[in-house]
Amino acid sequence: MKSAVVVFPASNCDRDAAVALEQISGTKPHIVWHADSEVPDVDLIVLPGGFAYGDYLRCGAMASQSRVMRDVKAKAEKGVAVLGICNGFQVLAETHMLPGALIRNAGLKFVCRPVAMTVEETQNAFTRKYNHGQRVVMPVAHGEGNYFADEETLDRLEGEGRVVFRYVNDDNPNGAARNIAGILNEKRNVLGLMPHPERVCDPLLGGTDGRALFESLIEALS
Amino acid sequence: MITPQIVREHGLNEEEYARIKGLLDREPNLVELGVFSVMWSEHCSYKSTRAHLKTLPTKGPRVLQGPGENAGVVDIGDGDVVVFKMESHNHPSFIEPYQGAATGVGGIMRDVFTMGARPVAMMNSLRFGEPAHPKTRHLVDGVVRGIGGYGNCMGVPTVGGEVNFDRSYNGNILVNAMCVGLARADKIFLSAAKGAGNPVVYVGSKTGRDGIHGATMASAEFNADSEEKRPTVQVGDPFTEKLLLEACLELMATDAIIAIQDMGAAGLTSSSSEMADKGGAGIVIDLDKVPQRETNMSAYDMMLSESQERMLAVLKPGREAEAERIFKKWELDFAVIGTTTDTHRLIVKHKGEVVADMPVGSLSDAAPMYERPFVKRAPATGMPSFDASRPVMESLLKILAAPDMCSKRWVWEQYDQSVMADTVQMPGGDAAVVRVHGTNKALAITTDVTPRYCRADPYEGAKQAVAEAWRNLTAVGALPLAVTDCLNYGNPEKPEIMWQIVAGIDGIGEACRALDFPIVSGNCSLYNETQGEGIMPTPTIGGVGLLKNVNRMATIAFKREGDAIILIGETKGHLGQSIYLREVEGKEAGAAPSVDLAQEKKNGDFVRDLIESGHVDTVHDISDGGLLVAVAEMALAGNRGGAVAPGTIPFLFGEDQARYVLATPDGERLVSDAKRAGVAATLLGSVGGDRIAIEGAGEITLSELRKAHEAWLPGYMSGEF
Repeated sequence: MKSAVVVFPASNCDRDAAVALEQISGTKPHIVWHADSEVPDVDLIVLPGGFAYGDYLRCGAMASQSRVMRDVKAKAEKGVAVLGICNGFQVLAETHMLPGALIRNAGLKFVCRPVAMTVEETQNAFTRKYNHGQRVVMPVAHGEGNYFADEETLDRLEGEGRVVFRYVNDDNPNGAARNIAGILNEKRNVLGLMPHPERVCDPLLGGTDGRALFESLIEALS
Repeated sequence: MITPQIVREHGLNEEEYARIKGLLDREPNLVELGVFSVMWSEHCSYKSTRAHLKTLPTKGPRVLQGPGENAGVVDIGDGDVVVFKMESHNHPSFIEPYQGAATGVGGIMRDVFTMGARPVAMMNSLRFGEPAHPKTRHLVDGVVRGIGGYGNCMGVPTVGGEVNFDRSYNGNILVNAMCVGLARADKIFLSAAKGAGNPVVYVGSKTGRDGIHGATMASAEFNADSEEKRPTVQVGDPFTEKLLLEACLELMATDAIIAIQDMGAAGLTSSSSEMADKGGAGIVIDLDKVPQRETNMSAYDMMLSESQERMLAVLKPGREAEAERIFKKWELDFAVIGTTTDTHRLIVKHKGEVVADMPVGSLSDAAPMYERPFVKRAPATGMPSFDASRPVMESLLKILAAPDMCSKRWVWEQYDQSVMADTVQMPGGDAAVVRVHGTNKALAITTDVTPRYCRADPYEGAKQAVAEAWRNLTAVGALPLAVTDCLNYGNPEKPEIMWQIVAGIDGIGEACRALDFPIVSGNCSLYNETQGEGIMPTPTIGGVGLLKNVNRMATIAFKREGDAIILIGETKGHLGQSIYLREVEGKEAGAAPSVDLAQEKKNGDFVRDLIESGHVDTVHDISDGGLLVAVAEMALAGNRGGAVAPGTIPFLFGEDQARYVLATPDGERLVSDAKRAGVAATLLGSVGGDRIAIEGAGEITLSELRKAHEAWLPGYMSGEF
């Protein structure tokens, strides 16, 4: 699997994503600078966590206008897999590559802690190595991860099997609608999620529940 | 025309002003006076403490750079070095908690990456006023959000720290931030601008009018009008700092830099003069070339601005274009603003005129140094009475729910603890553990001080702070390497406060020597007083240790049913100045516990060997609250209870030093090994069940303890109590 990690100014989980990809796939990802007009020819593009452009406007709003995102969008339309983690999910929502918005956490505070989720869908490139209904724990670290969409959109996401990760009932860290932690686009090749799978790929760091996500991608895209 | 009034407003006294005139051989102009005022401020010149700080041990076989640079550097083998420092941002954080704390974090990070290191972990030691004080809640909220707001955006994990409350901090909170970074030994950057004719470049943010006289403000007591000093607080921009970090590290990968220093306290003034002074050079800077945020800034404004996210570097001649390319890529300002000279003078030009011209040495070595008088005070002594019939489990519950002892989850969950994917031990243990990226080694990091001991006995209390830091690093299995310190005290012009400072530095020196734990960096924060009320002496100790093999590590959590619980170290039952006395009996009295440093070392080395050899993986040091509190914390962390043998209140809650609790499957063997090593070891009981139980003293469930332990801080912050 060939992959690329996009770096915006003040992305800060780019190295973590690159390390996880390299450790699990055995291949170093390309690192793509936000001002580049083209992403290399790859199977997977990762939009990492961080505070792109400082996130002084709405999170992800500035990044959605960056030069590189035009090509990310075009490649996604052609079927290239795109994974947006945390800030990456916010960028995907701001680019309208995923529906809905990530608004301020219900508790009005940044929250960093492990959260329990269930894997709701496994019929896609991102989660095929998980069991349907499997309980996984990954850390979140965000101030604006409260997934919001109108009822019609939420019903549609549910009906089309596009809610991939859901916080377990009493462990919703941000007030997200219907406990949604991660969703797919209509074509099922773009996934955005707030928790950080790349931080739980090594038993020393408190868990390995993130590994299956990268292993799924390798199996699906290699 | 400089009037006595203007001199006073600059925080300089008559003798100091006379000294300036002597050094210049004339009257200074206003720009020069401003430069002297910040460089000779307590904050920058250490004029009250320099003579005493010289007595501290700062050398060791692993120490590559001790105090005097932006941060200390310690060898951790394989060509890797750890670079670290702790610094206070107390005064600004009280006036404007969010920005004060945020820029404290930003400033200490710059100190570390200026040296060529990538910051890998942050810690902070916070002291607030009593919970009932009307400002405390607001200050806690602002400081915690400020630390998180800056550190989270930088993508550096905040891995631990301390939060305490006491009325002595009502008018002067303490915000001490520590940054730890990693570099290669052959890629360390220093601030000595050696050589003449080299370009001086300014990089980072533009200069504005914020933070003017911040260093002077931090060198005086507060009065009723201190809120009016808000304009002296700087405003942080972590986005720019993140770009500055990446750009500096990119430039440092080349060999274009001769010297580099961040613009922290006293901004352009201190960075330019210190670099020239350390390099034995001079420097000429042209303020017209300085990137400016505002129009019509005077030379005075620019020299004294403490605008954040700025660096000054001296490059090899001809390398300007290469450096500029890197900073333009990161969309940062870059300007050649001057050149080094061989004149040993700092010359500042503005609009074609020389606006300041002074010998660089006059700002540093020639700064006043005071042997301030002190009055030795006898330490608190004696053993206050207590009610021996109080129910033990009720007391345990009360202690674990107290503001100083309760869970600080509400704080640390606002910090990104796991970004960079190397955090092996998160907040809540004895020390944080962060893996050295791409290796099997790890750093252990802790911050410690027990101010109530220091108030009772400034010497023993300071010794204890060092010993506790050493013990916390040992308890995770790390070899303690070196120390950074943040010495927070009141007004040094008062002889009784000066005594606290002198005794504290003596105690720190004594402990650091005995434990092979040299000081490599730090700062002093004096004048922590409001309307004559000083803080408790608070010499915060930041310790860093090394784990050779991160898989041989201990945590505090009980891990297996049936493990023997073992107490290491001698217990006499010292209740003086204990948490038990304060929280249960309502007394803050008696002698502080003393530390037998030889025994501390012996016990610690024994415990570390057990962890390193893979025999023990469950260890907790005994500190605040004593033995039973330590056992309860281990039970809560592992969600497994324990049964403990009966003991008196002093035995269960005393705060004797040099002690640890261990849990291991083979308790008897461990006890006999300890005896052979000359270390006191006692079999206390065993792990198991869902409660803490003591024969004859009752029991309490972990769920009840947990509820009380977790409830106070979120409840307090939401205004419930």
